[in-house]
Amino acid sequence: MKFTRDWLFDHLQTDRTLDEILDALPMLGLEVESVVDRAEALAPFTIAEVLSATQHPNADKLRVCMVSTGTGGPVQVVCGAPNARAGMKGVFAPVGAFVPGIELTLKAGEIRGEVSNGMLCSEREMQLSDEHDGIIELPADAPVGVPFAPYAGLDDPIIEIAITPNRADCLGVRGVARDLVAAGYGTLKPLDTTPHRGSFDSPVRWQLDLDGQDHLCPSITGIAFDNVTNPASPEWMARRLTAVGQRPISALVDITNYVMIDLGRPLHAYDIDKTNGDSLYVRLAKPGETFSALNEKTYDLATNMLVIADDDGAIDLAGVMGGERTGVSADTTRMFLEIAIFDPISVATTGRQLNLHSDARYRFERGLDATAPQLMDGYIARLVTSICGGTASHVVEAGKGVDWQRQFDLSPEKLKRLTGIDLPAERQKQILESLGFIVETSASSWQVAPPSWRGDIDGAADLVEEIARIHGFDYLPVMALPRTHVVSQPAVNAAQLRPLQLRRALAECGLMEAVTFSFLAPKEAALFGGGAAALTLVNPISAELSVMRPSALPNLLQAAGRNQDRGAANCALFEVGPVFLGDEPADQRTACAGIRHGHTAPREWHGQRRRVDVFDAKSDAEMALGVLGVRKASLQVDKSAPDYFHPGRSGVLMQGRTNLAGFGELHPNIASHFGLRGPVVGFELFLDDVPLAKAKGSARSLLKMSAFQTVNRDFAFVLDVDVAASELLRAVKSAAGPLLSDIQLFDVYQGKGIEDGKKSLAVTITLAPQKATLTEEEIEKISASVVAVAKKNCGAILRG
Amino acid sequence: MIGLDAQSLKSVSDEIVQEVDAAKNLDELEAVRVDAFGKKGRISMLMRALGGMDADERKGAGQALNIVKDHVAAALESKQSVLAKAALDEKLATEAIDVSLPSRPNSEARLHPLSRTIEEVLAIFTEMGFQVAEGPDIESDYYNFTALNIPPEHPARQEHDTFYLPANLDGQRKVLRTHTSPVQIRTMETNEPPIRIIVPGRTYRSDHDATHSPMFHQCEGLVIGDGIHMGHLKGCLIDFCRAFFGVDDLPVRFRPSYFPFTEPSAEVDIGCTRDGGGLKIGAGDDWLEILGSGMVNPRVLTNCGYDPEKHQGFAFGMGIERIAMLKYGIPDLRTFYDSDLRWMRHYGFLPFDTPSIHAGLVGGPG
Repeated sequence: MKFTRDWLFDHLQTDRTLDEILDALPMLGLEVESVVDRAEALAPFTIAEVLSATQHPNADKLRVCMVSTGTGGPVQVVCGAPNARAGMKGVFAPVGAFVPGIELTLKAGEIRGEVSNGMLCSEREMQLSDEHDGIIELPADAPVGVPFAPYAGLDDPIIEIAITPNRADCLGVRGVARDLVAAGYGTLKPLDTTPHRGSFDSPVRWQLDLDGQDHLCPSITGIAFDNVTNPASPEWMARRLTAVGQRPISALVDITNYVMIDLGRPLHAYDIDKTNGDSLYVRLAKPGETFSALNEKTYDLATNMLVIADDDGAIDLAGVMGGERTGVSADTTRMFLEIAIFDPISVATTGRQLNLHSDARYRFERGLDATAPQLMDGYIARLVTSICGGTASHVVEAGKGVDWQRQFDLSPEKLKRLTGIDLPAERQKQILESLGFIVETSASSWQVAPPSWRGDIDGAADLVEEIARIHGFDYLPVMALPRTHVVSQPAVNAAQLRPLQLRRALAECGLMEAVTFSFLAPKEAALFGGGAAALTLVNPISAELSVMRPSALPNLLQAAGRNQDRGAANCALFEVGPVFLGDEPADQRTACAGIRHGHTAPREWHGQRRRVDVFDAKSDAEMALGVLGVRKASLQVDKSAPDYFHPGRSGVLMQGRTNLAGFGELHPNIASHFGLRGPVVGFELFLDDVPLAKAKGSARSLLKMSAFQTVNRDFAFVLDVDVAASELLRAVKSAAGPLLSDIQLFDVYQGKGIEDGKKSLAVTITLAPQKATLTEEEIEKISASVVAVAKKNCGAILRG
Repeated sequence: MIGLDAQSLKSVSDEIVQEVDAAKNLDELEAVRVDAFGKKGRISMLMRALGGMDADERKGAGQALNIVKDHVAAALESKQSVLAKAALDEKLATEAIDVSLPSRPNSEARLHPLSRTIEEVLAIFTEMGFQVAEGPDIESDYYNFTALNIPPEHPARQEHDTFYLPANLDGQRKVLRTHTSPVQIRTMETNEPPIRIIVPGRTYRSDHDATHSPMFHQCEGLVIGDGIHMGHLKGCLIDFCRAFFGVDDLPVRFRPSYFPFTEPSAEVDIGCTRDGGGLKIGAGDDWLEILGSGMVNPRVLTNCGYDPEKHQGFAFGMGIERIAMLKYGIPDLRTFYDSDLRWMRHYGFLPFDTPSIHAGLVGGPG
């Protein structure tokens, strides 16, 4: 909502300064977004007279002008405007002035060999409009040497405030003034609301054709005007409209816009001579009906849309936009003015369905002053005839009227209960009354009736807000929230703690934490098993961000690609965040995914870096599961990883039959889809799949450390290549028995010395005796058992 | 055979000590030692010669010889340590390497500023007795709007720029939650007062430019309890802002505003100064909006099955990216989701650097 200082002061009688008012507005809930003082920017610009304008000797399109600026002698200015001529008055910017439209500070100089000391300006150069056909021409009586801005009425600062959806009453300048008055910033100047008295019967009548849906148009009035002219609007009106960003068109159109901003009251003007028939129908659109709007677009209407129509069809989309066919023009002599109230939901629905925005819609859907049609018709009719001449008809009306009067209970104690502010009842009542509320007091409770312009008031809490807001939120007491416990309790439960711990652990493992979007492109979603229609946004920002992600991996891979393009060949990333398997709350999982791309380290002289491989991903997954309480020893590996992994270099970590995490080298097709060069591995697990450990006390189980020397024994087995290493380890483990305290596979070998189709696996076991040092015989017995079981279970032969 | 007279002993002693002094390395010193104390060493021979003496003679000679023996041994030992040190120094000198060579690289991994900021927020609200609550990102229209007193066609809905999923068979279409406020409803539906929850989470709006991201993070707070009024809201949020930004005298301003789910509603500004494009949080001549808040609207309480005459409380919501940007001087919102390693390395946090009340809430340099 934009207005100017002087416009506000048309309604507000005050001795406060603009700065005081600008400080007060936000504290009333009217946030000041900007204040623009055009006079400040245009201070150096003065009125000047062109004394002579001669052809530039070296340029066809330039003129050399001698300009009188009112001080000192004439100044020579080279000017390219076609209208620069001797005797005209214009706007002069001297050397040193900043010209906003060209963002340039003027310097003395020469243009094609002729001295030029300043500039004669166009409206665009001064950012007053887009007009740039020539320099500004001022009337002959414009005083030379006088600053231009005050002369042109530009010394009226423009104020823009943000209006919250509940404050429709402040979508008019008078409403803003009314709030300031309630807050003690002056008095409201009277508005002449003397009822309208027409001199003839309107040739046009309203006819409500709403089939029992009369609530769509509770009140509509109209006044016909005869013998009007429709010239350009008066300068004061055009100036104000320009200041608030409305282009002046003609007096009749401008009046409707002006009243809308001035009083928050949208109007619509029809050219009677362009309407057909003597009735205007308020009805719902007919099937297949189209509507050509003032914005020169044609809309297909749905049958739930409210229109005003003549005998030939829709001529106004009620509350949203007028029609092209019956709009007023320069030739209009007979005008019919509509002042209506339409159902806000109907207006909002129509506007949304057609994606049609207008200042009128904005106000209609937020709710208008319920009494305005009848209260304002006199004021508006007089404004029209004072500017456009002619005579006005009697008012024609239709509709059952707006049912706006209501009362709410309010106890004076409610203010303190809800806000903590202690304010005498009398002052509370006074505030409400200053805002136009009617307060009926009784001993215990009050009955409060909101004014016709406050459709937003919905109960006692709203009334409390009105009192608190006018009294001032600065008076809210500052109360510490009572402590519930002397020592704070944890804010997260066991499940909520997991992501926090996982993030730390993965970062400690060298993976950088990423946060990526919850949506991605359909193609990538499909590659990772997603892309269902139910999870595809109807109105995405772009196709690239249109499907809810089934996995966090694709976004991480894409990020690795971006980093690669920026020159980072090695990239290790993880993310803990949501993935979506369906659109129900239970279908949302918390995923933990990580990728490693390229090498384990940058190139460096120690030479210990290597290409990332599947065991990096496996290790990350095991570590992550470890954070979630899953012991590595309890995991088995299955080869059935999802198909976005390399089929021979991937796996699934299982606990019993539960699949807990997938890991592996990404399938080469996936890597190339994301443009990744070099090896790329990853893992993903869903936190929800890993059951929470049962809560136990804080005490650990008792640690038994052997007092006797531990014994290490190494075994090198030769076995078939397709026997999994885990099989051998399991066999060794079971054979070694209860004394086994550690087992490590420390060598894998295939090649010279080992026959084709075989591999050598070397295992070391650590035995920790509990009762006495192991004898050589005991050790031999265990070793023999290991060898025997390895052979029996895995066909492994001890290497000679 | 050298006699055991004092003269002879002295000359032997002097001679050996001279040899000790002259030894240039451990091998030479070892030769001197053998020459003195070896099987046929000079002092060994003298010791042996003692055996042939009668008791009286032996006593006097033995004493004198012992003195010589100790003297020589001490000389040997001291020379031994000097030479050993010299030998070790020489060896170490040959082992020298260029320690100016770069060490093995450390991990560059960092935690994202969003994780860090959320944990800072949680640390503060934990101190005020809040518990974390969560809800789904894909919400029903009811939880995201209607239950929060935003009926269809309410102008406030248009300000939400909502992402929609396709309508199901009943014509209901799910939305990506536009705020974390639906969790207020879900919590009140399933819990009795008193309630103190803090709700961090992802939120979505169909807006994408320099200051808007289609996905961003919010943190919602809800307090329902006996006698909780707007003064408590003010106290709670002032305490939060001052703790979060680490500015004890940070001015905090409450300004009337509007949210359909709170009544009265307030926006919260903090003091700042802006000069030369820089922004400094703290007492200054300007204000910066950072929070929306208010008393829970009676209609919302009713929607959750609470009696507004019995229960009341407040709610607030803030953008995590916004407060992170303000606190840590991160200039561009869009960079949060780009996963640029350079950015994460620069603006991220070391994984062990956990914010807590005892350790402080301002993260150290990454």
